[in-house]
Amino acid sequence: MNGQRLKRKLPQVVINLVVLIAVLLWFLPTLGLLITSFRPASDVAYTGWWTVLTSPLKFTQYTIENYQAVLSTGGMLTAFRNSFLITIGGTVIPVFLASLAAFGLSKLHFGARGFFYGLIVLMLVVPSQMTFIPVLKLYNMLSLSGTFVGLWLVHTGYGLPFSIFMLHTFFQSLPDELFEAAHIDGASVWTTFVRLAIPLSVPALASLVIFQFLAVWNDLLVALIYLGGHQSVAPLTMRLSSLVGSFGQDWHLLTAAAFISMVVPLIVFFSLQKYFVRGLMGGAVKG
Amino acid sequence: MKRKIGGVTPLVYVGPAVLFLLVYQVYPALQTIYFSFMDRRSQAFVGLDNYRYVFTSSVMLTAFRNNLLWLIFFTAGTVGLGLLFAILADRVKHESLAKSVIFMPMAISFVGAGVVWKFMYAYKPPGSEQIGLLNQILVVLGFEPKGWLLQSPLNNFALIAVGLWIWTGYCMVILSAAYKAIPKELMEAAQVDGATDLQVFRHITIPEMRPALTMVITTMLVNVLKIFDIIYVMTNGNFGTEVIANRMFKEMFQFANTGRASAIAVVLFLMIIPIMYANIRQKLREG
Repeated sequence: MNGQRLKRKLPQVVINLVVLIAVLLWFLPTLGLLITSFRPASDVAYTGWWTVLTSPLKFTQYTIENYQAVLSTGGMLTAFRNSFLITIGGTVIPVFLASLAAFGLSKLHFGARGFFYGLIVLMLVVPSQMTFIPVLKLYNMLSLSGTFVGLWLVHTGYGLPFSIFMLHTFFQSLPDELFEAAHIDGASVWTTFVRLAIPLSVPALASLVIFQFLAVWNDLLVALIYLGGHQSVAPLTMRLSSLVGSFGQDWHLLTAAAFISMVVPLIVFFSLQKYFVRGLMGGAVKG
Repeated sequence: MKRKIGGVTPLVYVGPAVLFLLVYQVYPALQTIYFSFMDRRSQAFVGLDNYRYVFTSSVMLTAFRNNLLWLIFFTAGTVGLGLLFAILADRVKHESLAKSVIFMPMAISFVGAGVVWKFMYAYKPPGSEQIGLLNQILVVLGFEPKGWLLQSPLNNFALIAVGLWIWTGYCMVILSAAYKAIPKELMEAAQVDGATDLQVFRHITIPEMRPALTMVITTMLVNVLKIFDIIYVMTNGNFGTEVIANRMFKEMFQFANTGRASAIAVVLFLMIIPIMYANIRQKLREG
């Protein structure tokens, strides 16, 4: 009977152990990076980061020199500023245009509506790889490659299909009667958009903003394609990946640089996790 | 606003987004298809030469083989572990903390994650003290340290592990939401009737979670086909780790061959279509 019981129910100890091992597996790599970034170069090269765990409160074994080094000579400070500039434009423009389009597609009735919606869904399928070469040729012609404006526009172009799809799903769930009533009361289309649609969709918009913000902040490929080798406009991801090449085994510097690139996403993640999760679920789960 | 809104009003809302899609998606995608039949400078028609290269050259065959490895092990790993953690975390005390830790890598860039794991895999020759955690564990257990990123095919699995570390949290979060939505009475009734955990899992949990599973599986499959950053940062496709998207990047910039790069993009696109079709159909059904 006892054996039967064991076979039927997974014991709580086993469950706790599996979850604990998983948590350690997911936590230790990041912890190692963080600790290493605060250790002097000589220690990092010859001993493992776990050796500090024997006396973690001995503060003389830590230093902020690595951070000073990568921020100045490593160019991470410039890259940090670039990431901010790229991400703000690359988030605001697509979210604004997507809300306009999603509102138009879900609340305004016009002939080509179905066609446009179909087009947007179709574009979800096209991988960005299909567009790199022609858009880059166009950018070289217009001198847009290597510029922030060029990157904002390209992030807009790539982010729109998903953004519109997600907001469209949300706007569809808002009752039409509300908008009809406002219309009968004499509100213009613009008024119903600004005063009704936008305030009602703050949770969905927040999710989308966070999702797009992190996607652009963490993007490497689009920046590599359209910024060329220009380090003066390179975001953190691009700078970090070129440091991997040039610093090679200088782990004290690489870990500090990596952590700098992770700070903002981690803050966003831990403070706004709920909205981030909703954004990832996309149109699949209603706000 | 059920009545038709005529004139230019709808265009003001939908127009800008559609314009962006035409410039950044529709027109470039068509041009890429055209370029794929042209030579390296897009000047002369070369028929199927670029496609012959894609399907017969040894570098591309390696890339296809590796993407296939990713396809199988990454998808099975992320979805399988995601499902396991979703169910197990439901039964531990600090569920949200455990899930946050596993989900955290989703917030940081793949470049950052690449540095985190390159350090985990760091290799020093036998005899000298290891600074990478994995090799330290091997040494403590009495094995020789390994060049995780240098030996093929081991390095492909080392890279796939990084992918698992990043994406398992995404699968877990989506599957956890679906798991919690299963009516508890259903499971309890089955258990009262004497069903084992395994039987409940097989005959209730899995069928009830089918929509969410379809969603995460298709999302992971598309991710795999487009996988780029991890490889670019950690090995740049050397030592037998090449993948399709990284090869396209090389053809584009290192070899300046527009024809071949375009053909690779088109093949990637063709592989993505059926998966995205299933993914979007699922999203539309739920939305």
